[in-house]
Amino acid sequence: MSFLNGENMVGGYGGADILKGCSIDVNEGEIAVIVGPNGAGKSTAMRALLGMLEMKEGMVSFRGRDISKLSPQDRIAEGIAFVPQTSNVFTSMTVFENLEMGAFLRDDDISETIEQIYQLFPILADKKDQLAGELSGGQRQQVAVARALMSQPAVLMLDEPTAGVSPIVMDELFDRILEVRQTGVAVLMVEQNARQALDIADRGFVLVIGENRHTDSGAALLADPEVRRSFLGG
Amino acid sequence: MEAVTDLVNAVVLLLNFVIVPGLSYGSQLALGALGITLVFGILRFANFAHGDTMAFGTMITVLVTWWLQSKGISLGPLPTALLALPAGILLTIALVVITDRSVYRYYRHAKAVPVTFMIASMGVMFMSNGIVRFVIGPNDQRFLDGERFIVSAREFKAATGLSEGLSIKLSQGLTIVIAIILVALLFWFLHKTRTGKAMRAYSDNEDLALLSGVDPDRIVLVTWIITAILATIAGTLYGLDKSFKPFTYLQLLLPMFAAAIVGGIGNPIGAIVGGYVIAFSEVMVTYAYKKVFVYLLPQSLEPEGLLQLLSTDYKFAVSFVILVLVLLVRPTGILRGKLL
Repeated sequence: MSFLNGENMVGGYGGADILKGCSIDVNEGEIAVIVGPNGAGKSTAMRALLGMLEMKEGMVSFRGRDISKLSPQDRIAEGIAFVPQTSNVFTSMTVFENLEMGAFLRDDDISETIEQIYQLFPILADKKDQLAGELSGGQRQQVAVARALMSQPAVLMLDEPTAGVSPIVMDELFDRILEVRQTGVAVLMVEQNARQALDIADRGFVLVIGENRHTDSGAALLADPEVRRSFLGG
Repeated sequence: MEAVTDLVNAVVLLLNFVIVPGLSYGSQLALGALGITLVFGILRFANFAHGDTMAFGTMITVLVTWWLQSKGISLGPLPTALLALPAGILLTIALVVITDRSVYRYYRHAKAVPVTFMIASMGVMFMSNGIVRFVIGPNDQRFLDGERFIVSAREFKAATGLSEGLSIKLSQGLTIVIAIILVALLFWFLHKTRTGKAMRAYSDNEDLALLSGVDPDRIVLVTWIITAILATIAGTLYGLDKSFKPFTYLQLLLPMFAAAIVGGIGNPIGAIVGGYVIAFSEVMVTYAYKKVFVYLLPQSLEPEGLLQLLSTDYKFAVSFVILVLVLLVRPTGILRGKLL
């Protein structure tokens, strides 16, 4: 049984179902990537794992325990962190305060974690007293990921972390995410840049209209001619 | 030598009738606008009941002051009302928390749009207005005691030999000192404490604050408590400075909203800046400058009229005009606030 496991999830935001029985799971120390065409329900699947939409069927388990009934906040308290695609930093607060907010639920000493974050994202140490809203797009994404990591999560979920950043920044961000995996965190990502994302992924899920189309290791999916033709542009 | 004396006299005149009253009125508006801006930033609606929250808090303070006075308790030179303030604050906290539990929470859970909240706050406004008039009546109430002046015009003239006097009322001095202390405390709270930071985070980005584990019910409760403290103190200071009349507090709603919006609503520093902008505009536009120019200009150029831009009857129009101008030219306010 996987660490975080969403099984046969069906549901949407009222109205028609967006997820039509898809399953996503991720293990500790592993990067799992959800890819697929627009409207496939990639972000929705991630939101379902976090409890941000009501599921009609299926269940979500974490550490072998059913968490389907827990609110998003309770799931966060259990050790799942989420980085939304947009509005993912507190723009009117400093970088340091953003990190502090990430550790809001912790009551132990956070200085060691902050040091680790500064090692992972050195630019944030330089900019710690600057308002997050004044940073560049790539730096903001780093703040967003760092904020989520401050809670020392067991699972880190990222909704299109490279949307709208330059290719150089994207590579750097993926490098950082690989480093995060090294610490034993389970990383689950939704990505538009499917090829690059699958490149660093241990496993990939290809979703099409709310269902799993292909599930395999990142390398195998990249090598699969059908996946290449349909989803990776040849 | 005479020219210098004339200049000093003109400055003293302006200090006495423009600067000192502007500073104290501005501080009162700033404290009121801070409450409005906090509720807007955290609960995301324009709270029309704020003026009457002030009236309620002041009424309790006035009643307790009278009771203390009847027992012969006083603070010596300071107004007894300061001793009564804690009681006023506590009961006002009770009022706003009960209002939130019984009115606003329902709409919050129903995820109502801000306009619904605003209309609900109007209902709350009429209710608390009714309670105040029912308990203390619609008339002017005086509750100021203790020393009247820090510097009286007569003493000032005797000490300086100038023909113009400068008077600083104790209530004005108190207003400015208390406003500075309160604002410093508020900013310390918002920037240095865990709850304060959570409030700023919640105001900045509600979803992300929830994702960080911030408890919204607690944030809302703390916001109301701070609002009640600010409202009661602002109302009491205004009442000590002028007098307590329930209807005046309803009228104060306009300049306070203007202050919050002009400064940039949702932005606490903006509320303070806005408070002084509105107060000084009102005082400066309605002041008759004749005497100042009599001192400054040679006798041959002595002005004939009062040199008053606007009659004091129209002082509320000043807030309106500034409000309209700001909304037209810079809708986010002087300091960037949220768009209304």
